Amino acid sequence: MSETPHLDILRSPLGRVRGLGSAHAGSSHWWAQRLTATALVPLTLWFIYSVIRFSTSSHQAVHDWLSGPIPMVMMLALVAITFHHLQLGLQVVIEDYVHEEPAKTASLVLSKTLCWLMAIVCVVSVLKIGL
Amino acid sequence: MVAFNLPLNSRIGQGKTFKAPAGAKRVREFKIYRWSPDDGKNPRTDTYEIDLDECGPMVLDALIKIKNEVDPTLTFRRSCREGICGSCAMNIDGRNTLACLKPIEDVKGAVKISPLPHMPVVKDLVPDLSQIYAQYRSVKPWMQADTPAPPDGERLQSKEERAKMDGMWECILCFCCSTACPSYWWNGDRYLGPAVLLAAYRWIADSRDEATGQRLDELEDPFKLYRCHTIMNCTDTCPKGLNPAKAIGAIKQLIVERQR
Repeated sequence: MSETPHLDILRSPLGRVRGLGSAHAGSSHWWAQRLTATALVPLTLWFIYSVIRFSTSSHQAVHDWLSGPIPMVMMLALVAITFHHLQLGLQVVIEDYVHEEPAKTASLVLSKTLCWLMAIVCVVSVLKIGL
Repeated sequence: MVAFNLPLNSRIGQGKTFKAPAGAKRVREFKIYRWSPDDGKNPRTDTYEIDLDECGPMVLDALIKIKNEVDPTLTFRRSCREGICGSCAMNIDGRNTLACLKPIEDVKGAVKISPLPHMPVVKDLVPDLSQIYAQYRSVKPWMQADTPAPPDGERLQSKEERAKMDGMWECILCFCCSTACPSYWWNGDRYLGPAVLLAAYRWIADSRDEATGQRLDELEDPFKLYRCHTIMNCTDTCPKGLNPAKAIGAIKQLIVERQR
């Protein structure tokens, strides 16, 4: 109870607040998050529409459709943008809530690695069906 | 990780009840957070029954009445009692606001009062604001200009340029907004918070200031600025009706704009 977390630290409040200074970064992350979110609106709607459309079709029918240049490009763009957006968002959540090193760095590296792996799995799957 | 539960020594217990005098007709309960650094006890909620017929209309009137007539140990900040000094910012009925601007009649049932959330408490309703004052100072809230002021007068500004500062100069630094912001709760040691960012933008938007670039440089940081996730609690709670979220959005836009 005697602990007054704020007052017993000898460094001045201004010194603590200035800390390591500005990272001069963060704007590209923020901007990329907005851009990918915007791009995902039409792409996701198109993806849902396509899944419903081909939900009862044969593998051959999906192959014929996906081998076309526009569906293939759209599908690969969807995968790339989805996982890019996912890792940007996960990074924000981790930075918000995980404060202790090394748990913070570990979870950031892990989340980005998983996003990369999942994206590669999806790209390979799309290519296997479409090519 | 973020702590979602209060530490053991911060759990709030049941306190004393101060009954209204006999014959009181319009009695209202005030449940007030109490904590003293001197007695080594956990915080508690004391209940004060106040006759509204013998009390002014605002929550601050009731607090002053309690301190003067019922319990002089109750500690809180107050000064101007008209919403211009920002001293009596506290959490009333679950919402950060100024006690002097909050009518008792606006609250249904018992009036619950606690200090501004997630700040270290000095005593009772008095939060320790030294960190947030330091954050305010860190954005250099003063005019920076290399060009000397005209020798025969002040620095001029058109009416349009002056209008760009509307909605920001009115801020009274009560910090209702910053202490209502979950991002500030979780990362207040690094995130500057809405009040300080609004103050920073007040100088960025000032046509007489010549340090806009340096100010943006200093703010461009994943924690200082980009912890804002547009939650909008700041704008929702501001007792002066200002919009810190809009100012933060404007800072983010300017930083993107200067890269193209």
